[in-house]
Amino acid sequence: MTAHHPAEQLLRRYARGAQDLPADQLWAVESHLETCAPCRGRLAPDPVADAAWAQLAPLLDHTPQMPRARMWRRRLTTWTSPVAGPWLAMIMLVTLASVLLDQLGAASPDDISLVLLIAPVLPVLGVAAAWGRALDPAYELVAATPRAGLPLVLRRTAGVLVVVLPGLAVAGWLTGASPAQWLLPCLAFTTGTLALGGLIGVTRAATALVVLWAAVIAAPTVALSRTPVLDPAVTPVWVAVLALGLLLIALRRTAFTRLEAHR
Amino acid sequence: MTAPTTYAWEIEARDLVVKVGRRRTAVDGVTLTMGRGVHGLLGPNGAGKTTLIRALATVLRPASGTLSLLGDPDLRSLRRRIGYLPQEFGHYRRFTVREFVEYMAWLKEVPGPEIPAAVQRAVERAGLADRADDRLKTLSGGMVRRAGIAQAIVNDPEVLLLDEPTAGLDPAQRLRFRDLLTELGTDACVVVSTHLVEDVAAACTDVVLLAEGRLVFQGTPAQLAAAGTAGHAGDSPIERGYSALLASPRQRGTW
Repeated sequence: MTAHHPAEQLLRRYARGAQDLPADQLWAVESHLETCAPCRGRLAPDPVADAAWAQLAPLLDHTPQMPRARMWRRRLTTWTSPVAGPWLAMIMLVTLASVLLDQLGAASPDDISLVLLIAPVLPVLGVAAAWGRALDPAYELVAATPRAGLPLVLRRTAGVLVVVLPGLAVAGWLTGASPAQWLLPCLAFTTGTLALGGLIGVTRAATALVVLWAAVIAAPTVALSRTPVLDPAVTPVWVAVLALGLLLIALRRTAFTRLEAHR
Repeated sequence: MTAPTTYAWEIEARDLVVKVGRRRTAVDGVTLTMGRGVHGLLGPNGAGKTTLIRALATVLRPASGTLSLLGDPDLRSLRRRIGYLPQEFGHYRRFTVREFVEYMAWLKEVPGPEIPAAVQRAVERAGLADRADDRLKTLSGGMVRRAGIAQAIVNDPEVLLLDEPTAGLDPAQRLRFRDLLTELGTDACVVVSTHLVEDVAAACTDVVLLAEGRLVFQGTPAQLAAAGTAGHAGDSPIERGYSALLASPRQRGTW
C-alpha cells in the first residue's frame, strides 16, 4: 500500500507500549501494521513475547496450576451433605451396638429386638444431618443455589438410606427380624421427616418425630415389654403413613427451595 | 459487547413486603429498580438490609408485592445467574478453598467441564490464588470472606448480592475489594449492603437508603452528599447527607 514503513525505533517503542508515543504516530503505526505483513513480521519475534513471559514466569512459580481436587470428595458431596459424615458413622455405630445388645440379651425371656426399636429413628437423624440448619453451616449458601430443592434433598436422603438400609438389613438378618417389620417404619419415618420438613423445617420435623418415636414406640416397649406398633398386623398403617408422606412431599416440593425448610 | 436484554431493569421491586417469622415485617412496601452498576444498600442496623438481600437472592418469599429479577420467571434458571454472599456465611472447615468453590459451582449448575477454569478464575479475582489449596480452617477471617466472594462470582452472575462483604477485611484488602466491585459493576448488577459510608462513596454508582424497612432515598452518591448541610452530624459530605436523610421523626432511641 504505502512505501513508508515505520522506522525500527518507532516500531520498538510501539511494541513496548510506550505511553509517550504521540497519538498520531501511534495511529499511523497501527493502521500501517494492519495492512503490512512484513512489518508485522518485524514486530513479532521482538520483545513482546519476552516481556510477557518475563512478567508471567514469577507468577507461575507461586500459582498452583489447577491441581486435581480429591476426586472421591467431589463424588461424595454430590450425594451427601459435606457435614453428614460423622452422623452417618454414628448411625452405623448405633446399629452395631443394638445388634450386640440384642445378641447379649437374646437369652432373656422378653425378646424385644433393639434393632426393630431403633429402625424408625435412624434415618430421621440422617435426614436432619442432610438438610438441617443446625448441622449444615453453609445452609444459606446452599439454599440460594439452583440445585437446592426437592431433587437435592432426595439425593441426600438417598445417600443417607444407602448407609442406613444395608446396616439395618445386616442387623435384621443377624437378629432374625423380618424386613417388613423394620423396613416399612424406617421408610415411613424418612418420608415423614421430609413431609413435615416441607411444612415446618427439617430440623424441627426431625425433633418432632424423635419425640413421637419416644412416646409411641420406645415408651410402650419399655413399659409393656411389647412393641405393639411394630407388630406385623399394623403393616397397612405403615404403608398408609408412607403414602401420605410421599403425597405431602409432592404437594410441598417447592418449599425446599426457600430458607424456611432448613429450620 | 453484551447482547441486548429483554428486560428494562436487572432488579425491579414493586411494593415489596417481606416478613421475618410470622409477625415482624422487615421490608415494608419497597419500590425500587436497579440496573447494571454497583448499588450500595445503606441503613442503620435493623433497617431490613439483610432481609431485602435475602428476598433478592430468592431464599425468602415476599409476603406481597412483585419482584422481578432479570425478567426471568423460572426460579432455577434465574438462580444460575445470581451470585450471593450472605452476611454470616458458614463454610466447610475441612474443605480447601478450591474444593469449596468447586462444590458451590456444582450447586450452581456450572457445566462440569467449565468448573475447573471457572474456579481458578474466581479464586484469582478474589486474590486467593496462592492459598487455593489450603483448608478453610487454616485461613484468617478476611481470607475466608474472600473465599466467600470467590464462590459468589464463580458462575459469572448477572446479579451479584453481597451482604456486608467488607466486614473482616483489613484496609488494604478493602481498597482491593472496591476495585473488584467497580470491575464487576461494569457488566453486572451488584448490590452491596454495608454500614460503612466510605465504601459507598468510593465504589458505588447508586445508593439505596433503607430505614425501618422503608425506602428513604435512591440516587447517586453525589445526590446523597447534597442532601446534607454543615449542621448535620458526620465527617464527610456523604455522612452528613446520610444523617440528614435518616433524621426523620420516626427515628426512636438515642442511637
